[in-house]
Amino acid sequence: MSIKEVQETPKVCPIIANHIKVALVGQPNVGKSMLINSVSNAHLHVGNFSGVTVDKTEVLFDYKDYHFTVVDLPGTYAFTDFTIEERVTHKYLCNEDYDLIINVVDSTNLEKNLQLTSELLTMNKKIVIALNMSDEAQKEGIFIDAEYMSELLGVPCVKVSAAAKTGIEELIDTVTEVYAKPKVEPKLIFSEAVEEEIEKIVDFLKRHHYQANNSYRNVAINLLQNKEKTYKKISKQAIWTELQPLVLEALHHIELHHNTDDLKEAFAEEYAAFNRGIIAEVVHYTKEIDEKKTLTEKIDNILIHPLYGIPIFLFLMWGLFQLTFVLGAMPMDIIDGFFSWFGGIVGSTISNDEVRSLVVDGLISGVGAVILFTPNIIILFIGIALLETTGYMSRVAFLLDGFFHKFGLHGQSFIPLVTGFGCSIPAYMSARILKNDRDRLLTLFIISFMSCGARLPVYVLFAGAFFSEAVAGNVLFAIYITGAAMGLIAAKVLKMTAFKGVDEPFVMEMPKYRLPTLKLLFHTVWGETKMYLKKAGTFIAGATVLIWFLSNYPHNLEMEKNYASKIESSLSHQEKSILHNELKKKQLEESYLGRIGKLSEPVVEPLGLDWKMAVALEAGVAAKEVIVSTLGVLYSLGDSVDATNHSLKEAISKNIPFASAVAFIIIVMVYLPCFAASIVFTREAGGIKYFFYLLLFTSVTAYVLAFIGYRVALLLGH
Amino acid sequence: MNNLLDCHKGCKVKVKKINAEYNLKQRLISFGIMKGAALEVLEHAPRKKTIEIKVGKMRIALRGEEAELIEVEEL
Repeated sequence: MSIKEVQETPKVCPIIANHIKVALVGQPNVGKSMLINSVSNAHLHVGNFSGVTVDKTEVLFDYKDYHFTVVDLPGTYAFTDFTIEERVTHKYLCNEDYDLIINVVDSTNLEKNLQLTSELLTMNKKIVIALNMSDEAQKEGIFIDAEYMSELLGVPCVKVSAAAKTGIEELIDTVTEVYAKPKVEPKLIFSEAVEEEIEKIVDFLKRHHYQANNSYRNVAINLLQNKEKTYKKISKQAIWTELQPLVLEALHHIELHHNTDDLKEAFAEEYAAFNRGIIAEVVHYTKEIDEKKTLTEKIDNILIHPLYGIPIFLFLMWGLFQLTFVLGAMPMDIIDGFFSWFGGIVGSTISNDEVRSLVVDGLISGVGAVILFTPNIIILFIGIALLETTGYMSRVAFLLDGFFHKFGLHGQSFIPLVTGFGCSIPAYMSARILKNDRDRLLTLFIISFMSCGARLPVYVLFAGAFFSEAVAGNVLFAIYITGAAMGLIAAKVLKMTAFKGVDEPFVMEMPKYRLPTLKLLFHTVWGETKMYLKKAGTFIAGATVLIWFLSNYPHNLEMEKNYASKIESSLSHQEKSILHNELKKKQLEESYLGRIGKLSEPVVEPLGLDWKMAVALEAGVAAKEVIVSTLGVLYSLGDSVDATNHSLKEAISKNIPFASAVAFIIIVMVYLPCFAASIVFTREAGGIKYFFYLLLFTSVTAYVLAFIGYRVALLLGH
Repeated sequence: MNNLLDCHKGCKVKVKKINAEYNLKQRLISFGIMKGAALEVLEHAPRKKTIEIKVGKMRIALRGEEAELIEVEEL
């Protein structure tokens, strides 16, 4: 149905007669993003926990004679302004210009969803209600009379299923119809007490011929709900002096009626009562509501069991890392073999020594080293995507809140933290689900302790170099767990020093378990993998060439001549090869890169690192993938050129002492996240000063821990 | 006076009053936890650090300290 789709472009459609701008609003996790994907064939990120969409996203598409702009707003339970998502949505709905609202609701949980709907009905906007997940509701024996519901609310309700792609066309047709017709006042009815007060105010407005854009009823409701915009307008007018006491009295009556001093609470109760009425009229249960436990409850009985819950979680995580290593290692030999073969073939066609070295040693070996780890990355991303889409993520937050709370974190910190294992950038963004600024900052600071996917190649490389294949998976798991543990301790330290204060409450929805469709999994994983490969092809290829250049130039011609004659005059083959390696080593040391490394050598020497490792770490600030490709370039040049043991893994196990490797890995685990992530961090934390805090914090921590790690490894006799 | 934390697993109760401060109260209300709402206690995390309750059809996780602020009466 879509002819073209453009994602997240700031481009604005030309304002013409049949251009419809739609705001997509709903509670969290009702499938708004998925609905947009079904409507426009876009590929927005979809997950099964609240807060996947943290910023508004615009999707443009054409349907029949209309240009559509759909704005996907972050999910919000109610019009409160506590979380960033709620603020984004509320601000947009009140202040921006759009033609109508599509309110997406979960058909299987209508009563709760209608709570937000009632608030939307007071907004004086054209609304269409999309009864999403209607296929799931049908399976559960829930029948919703959409026609009757449309009649009762005065707002068209359309049954759709974003997952099964049913009702989508009808929804859009309804939107175009509503767009073409004049606005109809929705039928939101309050309790008698409130209706009386509304009537009094309406009467007053009528008598004084108040000029309003909205209906008098709408103005009255807005006044009673303390809507600032309405107050601002009306309080400037002469009638306000007379109206004010009337409103005050009305508010007093409502508070009395609801026995509360909190207007929000009073109106929430009003809405709830109205919604119960609607539900009683339009929802029928075709199956007996069985007292039997639902599947979700049965699964929950096991997965969040007080005793087995946490061991099961740890086992699943351990399994994921095992899979990442064992399964991911299988195609590695093939990829490795392919790049050696490819390098050989390409190399043989280039006669110029320098160009050949650039292409084979620089470009192919550097990019190859990054591509080598694609299978591991894919497996890790599948694991995280499953965690996100099934609904297990929230269970883990539930299980871990008690534990996390001890470290000054919030159970929901788990979500950004685990996302951090994939990539720090979305992790920094998903930290927005924490509404308390202090909690969010604290979480932001320790996200980089969760080793991102780009650091995985470094770990896989070193684990493979120093441990047998049988235990390498466990080593990998241990690295990740240690990183996470260090993060928790860091959180505790920060909480006791920089982030003292009151804790954020932990109130979180536990979504229903859902099996993600293969298509959804594919899109999520493919999107992430594509990004990784794209980076390998562009940014990393460029960085690799730069490093190759820095490590090859300047040439010391005199020294080369010297060695050339020495090699010529030497007799045995072995002597020749030794001299050859010596030359390579000296060349490297005198190169630009060698000089840079030498400069930082005094700093890293106490950690047992040589200048090559220092350079790799410095290059890693650009992107963590560059660490491996830098090592690839540095060691493929300096190593013996024997064709049989050309692989980087062996070069590392031969050239790097174990204790130094420990220090190196610790630094990779802790130090500054990559450039792109640092930018996102700075944006999310809300200021450049936080970047410098992060730089200081991670650098000092990395240095101290690496020093300890190095000394301990030495003591243990490595 | 009973609060939600005292309720054992499987207990079905009605909310009488919420003693939380403004922000937390709004949060609870937006989840449907308000005066008169029927709740069911589904699960306790180890040492009642967090509890899982059911409001209507929605399952919600709460911290023990917050559950303590919700006054309930048995249904």
